[in-house]
Amino acid sequence: MRPGRYLPVTAASVMAVLLSAAIAVPAHAATIQITIENMEFAPAEVSARVGDTIEWINKDVLVHTATARNGDFDITTPPKKTVTSVLKKAGTVEYYCRYHPNMKAVLRIEP
Amino acid sequence: MFVRISAAIAALSLLGSPALAQGAKLTDPQIAHIAYTAGVIDIAAAKQAISKASNKDVKAFAQDMVRDHEAVNKQALDLVKKLKVTPEDNDTSKALSKQASEKLAELAKLKGADYDKAYVANEVAYHKTVNGALETQLIPSASNPELKGLLQTGLKIFQGHQQHAEHVATELK
Repeated sequence: MRPGRYLPVTAASVMAVLLSAAIAVPAHAATIQITIENMEFAPAEVSARVGDTIEWINKDVLVHTATARNGDFDITTPPKKTVTSVLKKAGTVEYYCRYHPNMKAVLRIEP
Repeated sequence: MFVRISAAIAALSLLGSPALAQGAKLTDPQIAHIAYTAGVIDIAAAKQAISKASNKDVKAFAQDMVRDHEAVNKQALDLVKKLKVTPEDNDTSKALSKQASEKLAELAKLKGADYDKAYVANEVAYHKTVNGALETQLIPSASNPELKGLLQTGLKIFQGHQQHAEHVATELK
């Protein structure tokens, strides 16, 4: 089960079909939303692919980060803002918030 | 050192004391004042820690406390302004402030690893007590739904702080 991925991929696939003539986006590239609210990343486990875009939606009044333990990414999300990033490397990446280290989650990035 | 209960915590426990329980229920202006004061106290403790702490994790934790409590208190100020509520000083706020400044003076005398441990131990205990007060007294007593909501958000944040402080405390052992 990959609840975090299923719907966005479906929506993205439809979009990709509709727009494929106009835009040169790889067919599999999806946009996946990860919400940061009440000091938690949700969903806490997400599967994605290299080339997918993550929308980090920070609903808290605090600044957070999504920082990969292996150093692959370090995203800062200001309060009440959305930040996007594109996944560049495959791997199972544990990430956390540098300011609130008890906030932890996992991104499974397939090639 | 770890079993010593800080004075500020004793003050917060006033919330559960018979004297207060028998009195009128806390009003929203009083609740807002207590919550704001509790934040100010933690910011003052954190600023002291930023200048005094020697361990880098302790320093980083203190910086997180300043950043988060200032953000939450700003939300609180914005909300009371919006609701046209004037926070009202009260015995709990007064006792909290007085005893927190005594704790600050006590911590000021410590140095190095002793200071780091005492600061973090106090942060664990302080957040535990504030969270308990939020859960059992302040949130249930709040009448305005937006104030209640902000206190609930605060509780989530401060529970995170408590876990963070507990983690740092473990690392210092």
